[in-house]
Amino acid sequence: MKAPLSWIKEYVDVPADVTTEELTRRLTLTGLKLEGIDSPGAQITGPLVIGRVLTLEPEPQKNGKTINWCTVDVGDANGTGEPQGIVCGAHNFEVGDLVVVVLPGGVLPGGFEISARKTYGHVSAGMICSARELGLGEDHDGIIVLPADAGVPGEDVRAVLGLDEEIIEFEINPDRAYALSLRGIAREVLVSVEGASGFRDPALRDTPPADDAGYPVVLEDQAGCPVFVARTVSGVDPSATTPDFIVQRITAAGMRPISLAVDVTNYVMLETGRPIHGYDLDKLQGAIVVRRAREGERLTTLDGAERVLDAEDLVVTDDSGIIGLGGVMGGETTEMSETTSRILVESAHWDPVAMFRTGKRHKITSEAGKRNERGVDPTICAAAADRVVELLTTYGGATADPGVTEVGTAPAPAPIEVAADRAARVAGIDIPEDRVVATLEAVGCTVSGVGTGTLEVLPPPWRPDLTDPQDTTEEVIRLVGYDTIPAVLPTAPAGRGLTRDQQLRRRVGRTAAAAGYVEVVTFPFVGESDLDALGLPGDDPRRTTLRLSNPLSSEAPSMTTTLLPGLLRAAARNVGHGTDSVALFEIATVTIPGSGEPAPILPVDRRPTEEEFAAVTGALPDQPLRLAVVATGEAEATGWWGTGRGVAWSDAIDVVQRVADALGLRLMTSAVAQAPWHPGRCAALELDGQVVGHAGELHPRVCDAFGLPPRSVAAEIDLDALLGAAVHLRPAPSFSGYPVAKEDVALVVTSDVPAAAVEQALREGAGDLLESVRLFDVYTGDQVAAGHKSLAYALRFRAPDRTLVEGEAAQARDAAVARAAEVTGAAQR
Amino acid sequence: MSGPNTDYDPVEVTPLQAAEVERMRDEAIAAIEAAADLEQFKQARLDHAGDRSPLALANREIGALPPQARKEAGRRVGQARGAVNKALAARQAVLEVEHEERMLATETVDVTLPVDRRRTGSRHPITLQSELIADIFVAMGWEIAEGPVVEAEWLNFDALNLGPDHPARTMQDTFWTEPAENHVVLRTQTSPVQARAMLTRRPPIYVACPGRVFRTDEYDATHSPMFHQVEGLVVDEGITMAHLKGSLDHLAARLFGDGIDTRFRPSYFPFTEPSAEVDVRCFVCRGEDSDACRTCKGEGWIEWGGCGVVNPRVLIACGVDPEVYSGFAFGMGIDRSFMFRHSLGDLRPLFEGDARFSSAFGTEI
Repeated sequence: MKAPLSWIKEYVDVPADVTTEELTRRLTLTGLKLEGIDSPGAQITGPLVIGRVLTLEPEPQKNGKTINWCTVDVGDANGTGEPQGIVCGAHNFEVGDLVVVVLPGGVLPGGFEISARKTYGHVSAGMICSARELGLGEDHDGIIVLPADAGVPGEDVRAVLGLDEEIIEFEINPDRAYALSLRGIAREVLVSVEGASGFRDPALRDTPPADDAGYPVVLEDQAGCPVFVARTVSGVDPSATTPDFIVQRITAAGMRPISLAVDVTNYVMLETGRPIHGYDLDKLQGAIVVRRAREGERLTTLDGAERVLDAEDLVVTDDSGIIGLGGVMGGETTEMSETTSRILVESAHWDPVAMFRTGKRHKITSEAGKRNERGVDPTICAAAADRVVELLTTYGGATADPGVTEVGTAPAPAPIEVAADRAARVAGIDIPEDRVVATLEAVGCTVSGVGTGTLEVLPPPWRPDLTDPQDTTEEVIRLVGYDTIPAVLPTAPAGRGLTRDQQLRRRVGRTAAAAGYVEVVTFPFVGESDLDALGLPGDDPRRTTLRLSNPLSSEAPSMTTTLLPGLLRAAARNVGHGTDSVALFEIATVTIPGSGEPAPILPVDRRPTEEEFAAVTGALPDQPLRLAVVATGEAEATGWWGTGRGVAWSDAIDVVQRVADALGLRLMTSAVAQAPWHPGRCAALELDGQVVGHAGELHPRVCDAFGLPPRSVAAEIDLDALLGAAVHLRPAPSFSGYPVAKEDVALVVTSDVPAAAVEQALREGAGDLLESVRLFDVYTGDQVAAGHKSLAYALRFRAPDRTLVEGEAAQARDAAVARAAEVTGAAQR
Repeated sequence: MSGPNTDYDPVEVTPLQAAEVERMRDEAIAAIEAAADLEQFKQARLDHAGDRSPLALANREIGALPPQARKEAGRRVGQARGAVNKALAARQAVLEVEHEERMLATETVDVTLPVDRRRTGSRHPITLQSELIADIFVAMGWEIAEGPVVEAEWLNFDALNLGPDHPARTMQDTFWTEPAENHVVLRTQTSPVQARAMLTRRPPIYVACPGRVFRTDEYDATHSPMFHQVEGLVVDEGITMAHLKGSLDHLAARLFGDGIDTRFRPSYFPFTEPSAEVDVRCFVCRGEDSDACRTCKGEGWIEWGGCGVVNPRVLIACGVDPEVYSGFAFGMGIDRSFMFRHSLGDLRPLFEGDARFSSAFGTEI
């Protein structure tokens, strides 16, 4: 809401020593936040003065134009007192007129610097200005001719033109609809600024009494439209222009001047907060009836849009049918035009909820709708209509018709019972009861019950937002001042600290970072093209996503089921930046669509039952926490120390195993073909027999699709499963002090036998003396048969309580090898 | 040295003559001391202290002497050999030190060579910022509550006094999921965790909830469809706005430095009343000489978040008796806090996944 300061001061007196900064600072502290202060003349610098045209000589030019060579009295403003010679192209003035002159050295909006320059054979020392050149509107029909009493030549003209006006822009909270008017802002100044006084309510005026002679109006839906005031005027002069002060003020408020009749209704809306609609009375047919629309009815609104109406929409009708969407936007058929001479002024109160729904349904945002849906004073319909009539008769040559229509009754505010000390208890400061009462009365409430402990507060009609004890409490505290509230730390009971999951998540992040991976955060939005790029088969469950109704991009309309698309894209961007070796990780939830049951909208006047709450939370999709990693380039850098090591499928498994290890877990691996991985280089990661993730080298086509270098690797794992299984209290280890016995074995198996199976068999066969098994070489080549590989293991044996006797370790080794031979067909080399 | 011995047995063996022994000794010592390296030292030891060295040979002769001469000869040769061994040990020590120094000198490397063979990982600054904030609350005895990002409409709006026709619902541009009649949204705020906390815990409740939220904002320097908030909720007996101010001042001081406090401005949120916008004192200029301050743009204060006293309507919807309990709630931008704490003017680097950005912050902030 933008409000010219002079307009505010029309309704409230502010002490002279209160600067605009102080005024806005106070208003900000009580809830009308300053957005900015502007001035229409802010971009004009240098001498801008009143001039009197002394001579004017039309000089036709070769190009067909006629320019005027003028001399203008600018008093002493030019330093010489001599008349100023100025060339002017406009023709709407005469010798003797007072005009606006910018002298050399002045700067006009847009950085337009004025200097004496030679043109059309003269030295033109300055410019006679039009409204547009001064940034005062679009009027470029000619230069500004000032009224004869505007001042004397040489005087600064800014005040005369309103260029020195300060326009204050406030941010208005949605509960403060009354502040969307000068009336409301002035009232806030009254209660917020020390020394402000003399509030003059622009909506307080004597209005002619309602009678039966007015235009017939029938309210069929009193709930939707409780009050409808109609006034009519005749003989509006279609050529009448809007007076300058109205143009300046509505322009300052951010509205565009259109015509006298429209400008006047907007002016009164800004003044009182009450939206007004004007109809061309000659286009109305029969009585106005306000009712709900019938499903499917149509209306072409002022903006030219044809709208299909809903049975909830409130409509204004006459004998011709629907002529307007009540309170939101008028219809085309009864719109006022340049030839309108008879006007019906509608000043009606509308149900805010209906306004909100209709505006939302038809996607109409308007200044009128904004006020009607937030709540307008329902008692000022007659006053606002009367004010419009006054302005139309004063400036439009109109005559007020005798009839006054006033149908319906304004809804009365309900009293609020509130404990007298509630504000003090909520604020945590001492607020005496008389202060509470005085504050509430200052904002317009009527207070009774003083001294009883419970106040009965009747809110004023312009504050429909005051309905509950907390509302009056807020009024008191904000005006007593939030800055008076001290800082007191509440004492929480002894807390339990971070939950175990919260601690473990941090541990996972630290472990991944320690393994050389950099954490990133990406958006969780995904699209078909991403899932295609991953090479997911048509029936892959990851293709079943939760779709958004209003995604930011149609390319990514769903919540992702896998962290990989975002992560792979991020990796590719890093490569694109020239970072050749990249290792990233992300920890985030993914969204797995669930049952598809709706999440019920529960009542809010009581606690939901356990079943109700379970129905709400149970309808939500599964949102498991995942860890994903991607790496490309070198795992260890090439340098002066020698050649580095490129990332390999094993690195992707390694980082996940490190994370599992940090949680006290060990994941089992087995070969699996799973997109987006290389079908021969992907491991399923199992925890207690459940697959909890996958890791390995990415499929070459996936690397290609995401713009990643070949042989990039990735992993994704279900962290919830890992965190749930994490070992909590690890038993302290004990180590045998007896000597170790080392035995190496090389086993030949067919190529398809997984090393994990061989190791498993060795462990089973070796018995309790086995301390560790480590695969230290894998060999294929001339020394083993084709289709076979040799696996070399280092076995370590030790007893906890004694030194092994001669041959004992060898015996255990032989048992291990025998078991491996039995299970995997291994032969010792 | 003793002088010539007149008691000598006339049958003297040449090598055992005192002068001869002294000569052998002196030669040995000279040779040992002349050894320039361990190689030459070894040779000198062999030559002068080995089995076939002159002194060793002389020693063998002692047995052939008449008994009365043996003692004297043995002493003489023994002393000479002792002197030689001493010289050997001294010289060896010197040569070994020299040798070690020479060897180590040849192993000198250029210690200014780069050593970064292994990748360095890091965590995301928003994760770190969230943890830092969580730790501040945990230190006060609060707990960290959580909730899902894909949230029920009822919890995101209705339970928080944002009914279906509440004008404030249009203030938040919500991502809705399909089908709309399922009433599931991407949470627009961390506030639904307030409702969850009240529905799953009993007062006294002291919880903070850092988390991800979504709004349909186009992505630019100051807006993102996804960002991070930290919600705070306290429900207890006798809770006041002063407690709210105290908690936020404490958070401000811990995050931005001692003496940094907050300022409340009246505002409107459906779930709190009274409601306030929270400004935090600019930690760069501290509100003094703020005209020149680029961080707060001359305001002395930086917009930080929203807060207020929990609206009794919210307490009722979540089953807390407003006659017994009162509470406060607040929501601060984590990204925003990070941005001015670390002088970041554009929030997009937080979500672009550029490893260089995360790496700049390491694993703690």
